[in-house]
Amino acid sequence: MAATYKLINSVIVGSGGASTIDFTSIPSTYTDLCVKTSTRSNRSTTDEFLKISFNGVTTNLSHRSLNGNGTSANSGSDGSYIYGRTNGNTSTTSTFGNAEFYIPNYTAAVAKSVCGNTFMEDNATFAVTYILAGLWNSTAAITQITLAPYYGTLFNQYSTAYLYGVKKS
Amino acid sequence: MAITYEPIATTTLGSAQNSVTFSSLGAYTDIKLVMNGSFSSEDYACYQFNSDTGSNYSETPIVGNGSSVSSGRAANRAFIFTQAVAGASVQFMIESNFLNYSNSTTYKTVLSRTNCASRDVTASVGLWRNTSAITSIKLYGLVGNNFEAGSIFTLYGIKAV
Repeated sequence: MAATYKLINSVIVGSGGASTIDFTSIPSTYTDLCVKTSTRSNRSTTDEFLKISFNGVTTNLSHRSLNGNGTSANSGSDGSYIYGRTNGNTSTTSTFGNAEFYIPNYTAAVAKSVCGNTFMEDNATFAVTYILAGLWNSTAAITQITLAPYYGTLFNQYSTAYLYGVKKS
Repeated sequence: MAITYEPIATTTLGSAQNSVTFSSLGAYTDIKLVMNGSFSSEDYACYQFNSDTGSNYSETPIVGNGSSVSSGRAANRAFIFTQAVAGASVQFMIESNFLNYSNSTTYKTVLSRTNCASRDVTASVGLWRNTSAITSIKLYGLVGNNFEAGSIFTLYGIKAV
């Protein structure tokens, strides 16, 4: 039986960092996509926001979030971006934030939903659980995914991202 | 290498209908259901298992609507509310994991994430107070409205070995 959950591509950021992580030429042969990341940016704070966008387009993106930091729970929304949370450059050494973005039916001619579960852990005084409901209001099939730090300019070395395709049959 | 994550079934609605039922669930450890679509009029997406309409379900959700957070608990109901509620033709998505669904010794747990970018994001745990193996999963609109044509429901089986 063909593999249902298959690695399409992977990125491991090398020395010098990377301003974006891009998955291009995504084949149309899967049903859903799943992106799993471990990232840290060069932003000079403990935390960072991890943006995701599609097909090189940065419009028609939005999300609602639910987040907790160990002290309080909050909910927010953004009508311009889809982002989660990850680690910035002054978080505990060697700690990277983790995220999973699940995009069902990425080739269907409907608006694209994004289910995001993202986490920033500092092992110090600040950590965040940030889940999100994202929407790219485009009926175009997704052929490219771009990850980028919101505030920082680079993903640090050793940041990783893996793109999986999930098949319904 | 053994396959651990397999597609079980998929349904893409050619016309609007109130419910989708999966009844050939195979022999896996866990099951994952992904739904992506919309209702024809505002409704609430709910689960029932094995045609059980008794008051044997409960759930505990946490909900963020973009400005406030809430949590609650509902018990002794005839359904598990996924927390997905959406108006007419509003896109939403459900991702649910049914853990250890085929055993006959424990009550059955379902973990759900629902996503409606124009309305809310939620996480919830649901419980079916029945030790029977889950043999059918029904996802339906509680008020009686329909999932719109084009809505997609996909079931995946996950094997521990």
